[in-house]
Amino acid sequence: MNVVRYIWQNHTQVLGLTLEHLWLVGWSTVLAMLIGIPLGILIAHRPRLDKAVLGSANIIQTIPALALFGFFLPVPWLGERSDRLAILALTLYALLPIIRNTYTGIRGVDASVIEAGRGMGMTESQLLWQVELPLATSVILSGVRVAVVISVGLATIAAAIGAGGLGEFIFRGLAMIDNRVILAGAIPAAVLALLADFGVGWLERVLRPR
Amino acid sequence: MLCGMPSATAGPVIEFLDVSYRVGETQVITGLNLQVARGETLILLGRSGSGKTTTLKLINRLVSPSAGEVRVNGALTAEGDVNRLRRGIGYVIQEVGLFPHFTVARNIGLVPKLERWPEERIRARVEELVKLVGLAPDLAARYPHQLSGGQRQRVGVARALAADPEILLMDEPFGALDPLTRDELQREFLTLQRRLNKTVVFVTHDLREALLLGSRIALMEAGKLLTVLAPVEFLKSSDPLVAAYVRAFGGGLEPVANRSTS
Repeated sequence: MNVVRYIWQNHTQVLGLTLEHLWLVGWSTVLAMLIGIPLGILIAHRPRLDKAVLGSANIIQTIPALALFGFFLPVPWLGERSDRLAILALTLYALLPIIRNTYTGIRGVDASVIEAGRGMGMTESQLLWQVELPLATSVILSGVRVAVVISVGLATIAAAIGAGGLGEFIFRGLAMIDNRVILAGAIPAAVLALLADFGVGWLERVLRPR
Repeated sequence: MLCGMPSATAGPVIEFLDVSYRVGETQVITGLNLQVARGETLILLGRSGSGKTTTLKLINRLVSPSAGEVRVNGALTAEGDVNRLRRGIGYVIQEVGLFPHFTVARNIGLVPKLERWPEERIRARVEELVKLVGLAPDLAARYPHQLSGGQRQRVGVARALAADPEILLMDEPFGALDPLTRDELQREFLTLQRRLNKTVVFVTHDLREALLLGSRIALMEAGKLLTVLAPVEFLKSSDPLVAAYVRAFGGGLEPVANRSTS
């Protein structure tokens, strides 16, 4: 129970780093949704682009996290603050599941439903907002859920470039060879991931079309 | 726009002039000339891949001709607003294509909603249509997945009729139903059509259905229109392809053809 006592003794710091962690994950998820959902919609309607876009997002996924964090260091505005760097890198990682699920969700809408809508004189934007997006929402959200859970884990590495977050405890603990300190970062991170998974999963069920 | 125009009386409602449709190298429709008169039910009959559905989709511009012209009420479909054209034409397909996340009432009220009718008028119209197609009023609040196949297609027909279009396009609407339900819906279609007098273009490969429902039958083969005949003439025709079609369906067709004209 050493760990619990350690976390309790340092609870203000644990809370502070958890909030930093949430800051990184929250911003990167919002940005990834703002970029990824429109991109997913685009490639669902322009099948010629799908391989290129999904391929690029896939390649980003293969770059090791630490390398990606360091990669943008020399970029002027980004390099000034390490949390900007971290948010950018996390956004790039979150893109693939969000783009892919948006694409799959929209392509998965029954073709006869689209044809009926078009045949009755719905414009392309009416089809998108009233039919495609509502029917794809739960698939898109399950992509967001994957993205958030990945981000919570990856954000611990952001501490390596001084962006803060719960990774601070983990790296410190590694340096001190002290499991209590490592767990003071790892446990709240795991809890965050579970809560995010549960939260978005709940939203997914609520918004699922009947 | 809907009433009192000279086009409402003179000339065919739908007209194909030398229409061809090609996808890449494939010739789907070749040199189609066809006129559909006001209030008639024209059947497009033919085997799979003969170009029936494409012909239907040329009318509401879900496909555009590669050559020739399609006119609806004298106006070229290629000109003018395509969504306006489509909202004035009811469209019923075999898969129905109801919106799964909309209630039955919202599905039926779709085109009126697109046309920005006031809510009260939409509600009244939906109520009227539910009755017209023989659905129980309490079904209006349900979702499509809670309905049987026959009920779904009734909703599909009601949806197509919602904004009171002059033209109705029907693509094998009863093709996926069990024989009893199909028979029921065919009869109701006849009753409804006598009452509403829409200009209907109806795609089917079922000769029995064609004879029962059609005022005229247009037989298609490999993207070409072979002949257009009234049901009774169709059975008597000596044209080898027509005769082959009649033979394939066996005997007992005369009463069907007579029933529709009586």
